[in-house]
Amino acid sequence: MIKTKGLLAAGLAAALVLAACGGDDDAAPTTDAPAATDAPAATDAPAATDAPAATDAPAESINVGLTFDIGGRGDQSFNDSAAAGIDRAVIDFGISFTDAEPNADGSNRAELLQLQADGSDLVVAVGFLFEGDVVSVAADNTDTNFAVIDSAMLDFDNGAVPYADNIAGLTFAEEQGSFLVGVAAALNSESNTIGFIGGVGGFGLIEKFEAGFTAGVNAVNPDITVIPQYITMAPDFDGFFSADRAKEIALAMFDQGADVVYHAAGGSGAGLFEAAKERSEESGTKVWAIGVDSDQYFTASEDVREYILTSMLKRVDVAVYEAIKSQTAGSFTAGNVVYDLSVDGVGYSTSGDFLSADQIAQMEDYKAQIVAGTITVPTAP
Amino acid sequence: MNASTLRRIALALAAPTIAAVVAIAISSIVLEVSGSDSIETFKTMLENGTKLESMIDTLNRATPLYLAAVAAAIGFRMNLFNIGVEGQYILAGFAAAVVGSKVGLPGPLHVAVIIFTAMFVGAAWSGLAGLLKVTRGVNEVISTIMLNFIAVGALVAGLLPRFIDDPTAANQGTPQIAESGWLPNLNGFVEIFTREITKGRHLTGVFVLAIVIGIIYHVIINRSRFGFDVRASGMNPTAARAGGVPPKRMVLIAMIAGGAVAGLVGMPEILSDNHSYDQGFIQGLGFAGIAVALLGRNTAPGMAIAAILFGFLDSSAAILQVSSLASSEIVVIMQATILLVAVVVYEVVNRIKQRDEVRRAAQMAQAAA
Repeated sequence: MIKTKGLLAAGLAAALVLAACGGDDDAAPTTDAPAATDAPAATDAPAATDAPAATDAPAESINVGLTFDIGGRGDQSFNDSAAAGIDRAVIDFGISFTDAEPNADGSNRAELLQLQADGSDLVVAVGFLFEGDVVSVAADNTDTNFAVIDSAMLDFDNGAVPYADNIAGLTFAEEQGSFLVGVAAALNSESNTIGFIGGVGGFGLIEKFEAGFTAGVNAVNPDITVIPQYITMAPDFDGFFSADRAKEIALAMFDQGADVVYHAAGGSGAGLFEAAKERSEESGTKVWAIGVDSDQYFTASEDVREYILTSMLKRVDVAVYEAIKSQTAGSFTAGNVVYDLSVDGVGYSTSGDFLSADQIAQMEDYKAQIVAGTITVPTAP
Repeated sequence: MNASTLRRIALALAAPTIAAVVAIAISSIVLEVSGSDSIETFKTMLENGTKLESMIDTLNRATPLYLAAVAAAIGFRMNLFNIGVEGQYILAGFAAAVVGSKVGLPGPLHVAVIIFTAMFVGAAWSGLAGLLKVTRGVNEVISTIMLNFIAVGALVAGLLPRFIDDPTAANQGTPQIAESGWLPNLNGFVEIFTREITKGRHLTGVFVLAIVIGIIYHVIINRSRFGFDVRASGMNPTAARAGGVPPKRMVLIAMIAGGAVAGLVGMPEILSDNHSYDQGFIQGLGFAGIAVALLGRNTAPGMAIAAILFGFLDSSAAILQVSSLASSEIVVIMQATILLVAVVVYEVVNRIKQRDEVRRAAQMAQAAA
């Protein structure tokens, strides 16, 4: 029963794991490295409208409390990506840090944050499940700054102002990245049928991926049908850990004529890659899979690499790095910072060189239009 | 006090002592192998655990664990392996959050409605498994597992979107319950005896509820006719039936009572912490409760000690990581080791007791002859 408990907890962890960015250093994104060069400027919140000053000189050595969500370092996903960001910050700014994760069922988030706050100048909480606890702990620790990944940390009940002067929310425009891989999918589909596998539906986040992807596909060709399918519905988070079910769904999609399938399903993606390999080898014509969060060409097992057309990148490492950078520069600002295409907070990978130069040019064209605001990507299907 | 009484007491104390010693020994080996300083680790755990704030953490954690353990133990006492506490409390917590956010009542009544809803839903869901057992002979292990899946994967998953407060929020949940439906914390009471509780810690008011449930459980099981019937049905169902205990009714009542208690497991979250059901609602307490019930031998005081021990270990996980001593998994290893060793040691002690019993009976028979 301990094991079952672990599995359930793992399910909960999936809530956060889902949309993540591979932290492997070798999984270098192909978009030009944004972290060290661009200050994040896109913001929603009035308080955060000034881009953080880009002084690189660390004032004095600070301590950062990196608080992972369940799973911690080594999940090849969300948490590892955050870890990669802090590792880079250690080298660049000479900070020190302590990292910790909550109990398997997430019961001690608040206590953990408090302990981290006791010894840190900046506490980075990885995952929106920290939202409520950060608000209460931050109120008791006004000398410490808090940054939460994947939550806007704005008080929408009171006019979307930051909860407090020491809380920042770091979110990503997943729909924009998904739009671009949707373009790639449409350009590589011959059957005019494309699949989308969502890990867990019903809590809003994965629908963002679906909406952006579908919009991207239809921007290229409105006649293409996108078949969306979710593995489980919240609060059942098994969908992020069910490679077997993802594989079945993918095979069924290929049966229905799909020749490109995009997944936003965390660990379940492995099932999609296997299905793409199996179907390609059986039928002799290649079908494509599209990865998510990290450059899955590098994180997936080697024998399925050649079926991964591209991956939608979500740069959690950039968000963590930038948050630490502004803290060391003394320019921490409260409120929501959105990591979108304009700061390369999301993007796509070209590892494997499956995308032709012409296709990449078209994707870059769409990217420019999204950044310029001439295309608005929907966030709900 | 004669020798055999002494021996009995020694045996009773031996089990938990040996379990603790062996568990600490194994944990030390694991710590050393994984490159941590075991002495320093245990020292830090103790130092941290004796701080007032950490004690509050321990009790807050022990409260739902204890309720889950009692819920499971009610069935266990009758040899009913009710492993549906998990689904029962999640469904009950969800229903209570929804009802609590919909009604507006003066303070105590609002809280009472929330608690009643939770107990009712837990009892109904568990009662379903009981009904299946007495009418169709469905094994309760199978039915409660299935009902867990249905509760979480179908009912809560299907119904939650209808009651979502803010569809744009990342962490979607039910609307927050009005303040009249919050249970006051016990800080004021605790601070009569201690210094002020700092660091934003609050001892959940559900703690009192857990104590009351524990007392009721203890009295009913040990001091009432019904409790006797329960224990008799568990020890020897055939003899109990021959003695006039209606087996079907007992199964139903035990399942319903267990479910009602299970409904309370999620109450610290609903009444004290979040005041809503959201994606962070703690899952897995039902299974953790079974472990606590096993460790506490299904007795009220035993489970209380076990729940506090598990609560202490869980609350140590944070300090071990922040002070870079060990990873949080060490705590899970310790809990599993304690449980495993305890079960084995209890079994050994039981055999020794039985052998003593047989020998004593033989001696008495000899003396009588």
